[in-house]
Amino acid sequence: MLRLEPRTEASRLMQWCSPLLAATLTLLAGLAIFWLLDKDPLEGLHYFLISPVKDLYGVSELLLKATPLMLCAIGLAVGFRANVWNIGAEGQFMLGAVGASGVALYFAESDSALILPAMLLAGALAGALWAAIPAFLRTRFSANEILVSLMLVYVAQLFVSWLVFGPWRDPMGFGFPQTAMFHDAALLPTLLDGTRLHLGFVFALGALALGYVFMNRSYTGFKMRVAGEAAEAARYAGFSARRVIWIGLLSGGAAAGVAGMAEVAGPMGQLTDKLNFGYGFAAIIVAFVGRLHAFGILLASLLMALLYIGGEQAQQYMNLPSSISMVFQGLLLFFLLGSDVFIHYRLRIGRARA
Amino acid sequence: MTEASAAVRLRLQGIRKVYPGVVANDDIDLSVSAGEIHAVLGENGAGKSTLMKMIYGVSRPSAGEIHWEGRRVDIASPAQARALGIGMVFQHFSLFETLTVTENVALALPDKPALDELASRIEAVSARYGLPVDPRRHVHALSVGERQRVEIIRCLLQDPKLLIMDEPTSVLTPPAVRKLFDTLRQLAAEGCSILYISHKLDEIQALCHTATVLRGGRVSGHCRPAEETPQSMARLMIGGELPVCEHSPADGRGELRLRLAGLSHASADPFGTDLRDIHLDVHAGEIVGIAGVSGNGQQELLQAISGEETIAEKFPVQICGVEAGRLNAARRRRLGLCFVPEERLGRGAVPSMSLADNAVLTAARNAALVRGGFLAYTRARRFASECIERFNVRCGGPQAVARSLSGGNLQKFIIGREILQTPRLLVCAQPTWGVDVGAAAFIRQAIIDLRNRGCAVLVISEELDELFEICDRIAVLAKGRLSPVRPIGETSIEDIGVWMSGMWPGAEGSGGEDDRAAA
Repeated sequence: MLRLEPRTEASRLMQWCSPLLAATLTLLAGLAIFWLLDKDPLEGLHYFLISPVKDLYGVSELLLKATPLMLCAIGLAVGFRANVWNIGAEGQFMLGAVGASGVALYFAESDSALILPAMLLAGALAGALWAAIPAFLRTRFSANEILVSLMLVYVAQLFVSWLVFGPWRDPMGFGFPQTAMFHDAALLPTLLDGTRLHLGFVFALGALALGYVFMNRSYTGFKMRVAGEAAEAARYAGFSARRVIWIGLLSGGAAAGVAGMAEVAGPMGQLTDKLNFGYGFAAIIVAFVGRLHAFGILLASLLMALLYIGGEQAQQYMNLPSSISMVFQGLLLFFLLGSDVFIHYRLRIGRARA
Repeated sequence: MTEASAAVRLRLQGIRKVYPGVVANDDIDLSVSAGEIHAVLGENGAGKSTLMKMIYGVSRPSAGEIHWEGRRVDIASPAQARALGIGMVFQHFSLFETLTVTENVALALPDKPALDELASRIEAVSARYGLPVDPRRHVHALSVGERQRVEIIRCLLQDPKLLIMDEPTSVLTPPAVRKLFDTLRQLAAEGCSILYISHKLDEIQALCHTATVLRGGRVSGHCRPAEETPQSMARLMIGGELPVCEHSPADGRGELRLRLAGLSHASADPFGTDLRDIHLDVHAGEIVGIAGVSGNGQQELLQAISGEETIAEKFPVQICGVEAGRLNAARRRRLGLCFVPEERLGRGAVPSMSLADNAVLTAARNAALVRGGFLAYTRARRFASECIERFNVRCGGPQAVARSLSGGNLQKFIIGREILQTPRLLVCAQPTWGVDVGAAAFIRQAIIDLRNRGCAVLVISEELDELFEICDRIAVLAKGRLSPVRPIGETSIEDIGVWMSGMWPGAEGSGGEDDRAAA
């Protein structure tokens, strides 16, 4: 008989092995799914894991996909460490895209070098502004930030639709719900010729470094961690609970806003209503698989990007339904939460001693 | 003395309990006869509660035998223990605050009794054993002493043959303790056996016929308390002499460091106690103690002084000459206030963080552990190391997480952390609660030494002996009001004990539930 026995202390080893275990189990479950669907499991594995990264272009696509995930996840991790549950990075991502697009469209005639920095700033501010709504409602009226931030995702989606169907629609766009293509000064330069990997990837790495320094080295980050670990201790030390909520939500919003900016100024080159890639939601999984730690998030976002691209390839070449990527994301989170049990418990075989 | 020849009701033989990584009980023999009041004596962590949990069926021994009325039994659950006739009153009560006394009792009974009939049964038991309580009242409106009576009545309704009392007096005023002892003696005279768990030697001498002493999870001796001295029992309990601290009288009054000028504050907790018009001065170079049973406004008073709870006006809390009522805890700390809270894990220290990080928690500014907005790791480690060394904290070094320390060692660390910041005013709640005798003496001495260096100290404690040992002046907090402050030489433990129920000269509506009958 198997039974779980509480550990005297949380296992640091399991803390880091649990994501690896979860990734392995996801893989095995994936194989089983392929097999059940009468597909060759090895072929499926090939499309999911090998084929996306078999050449430089594939790797660049992987990094491109990982960029918004890294940005959103590191911003969310700042809040999550402090028990501030921002579930609305998806909406903040869209608002960031809107803010950046606004700058690009308003200065469509200019080719000043300041346009990209202005778009970056506008994207971050717009994302942070969207996150400020749950922060204000939480600190002023104790409204649950999980619900408010989540519901604002749908508001953001409708707001984007209204813009691209209405005032921002490209007059030369044959009626499609999209803005005009951005001019060159409003597009992020690519890093490698012949690929779509752009400067946004550097932003993402910078955000990870910034996030690491903030969370692990700064006094404010220390206060955030204390608030997350023991709210009473934070109160005892005199750390402001409101400030923690504001910082947690604003940093998540700003980072997601930058991700939105990098998306419209990068691979999209315009704002459309097809902005709901799910990066903001997937980033929640990335943040937890990465243990809310900058380096972990780097690895986890690469894994998640692989699942995205692998899922697309499996659709294309193996005739699998488009929901296969979502299934893999769900499996990953499920197995992670399951494996996390072993941080606090150990598995024993045999009957309990009387 | 009951007849020693009476039938043995409970006998433990070679009981051993192993938890992952620790042997909590080892080779314990113990036997209790009918009508015997048997003390289980030991320091915190000696294994008393572990042993009782096995008798009450909460956990099961790893080895050894339990015999009940001459028959070997395997007690698998508290329900089975109750069916055998074993009742237990826990140190921390298990009552629902929003239910009435009758409803709480009904929940514990195996069958589903009619509430009206149950209420009259409760009244009958409460009259018979001198445990006055109104079965129709809601538990949140009861004093701590009354809640304990509900717990006892709940056990008595099941006609127990053995009653286990786990540290029952820690929540009671001295007169309420005397009343409880009368009840327990009456029960014993009727043939009920009582296992009385405590570390208070005087109580055990006053009440118990026999005693089993535990030390480090093993039996260190059996004795008859009436034939022993406190010193001889203490030697069995701690394996050495009771340490004492050196306390010279305060030399004159220094400047005013804390003034509470008519502090009134409504509690944030719906079942808390509101503070009403509290006046108190604490000067440099003196230790002022506040006695009282927990739940009489201690939490609220501490939070109002520490700044964890800010108040509407500035003037009622004055720290080192500054009106500080609206300042948060960090701002008050800058005025020279340091504070040791009652809860160590989760409030005084972050359980999952290292001692170095926990040093930063409150000493960031005073000990310059933060530079330019960034943590100064080396300085924090050095500060924590100094604290560990000077305050004799047994731990794995500054990188050890707070959770890995024993309660006493963590308390030494927290007190050390606050004292090393050379406060002008130290506020300290339950400084030695749950700490072993040696560490408690060390902590008291550290507080006295701090006073001698010119710090003003305010100590809030439930332990009267402790307050009388270290304080220069003492007052009582009862029902959110503060009694007059008396120099320690002009009062006695008995007087303060009476004051603890709210009856001091000039108190408005003097008289408390606990003592109306006892006075």
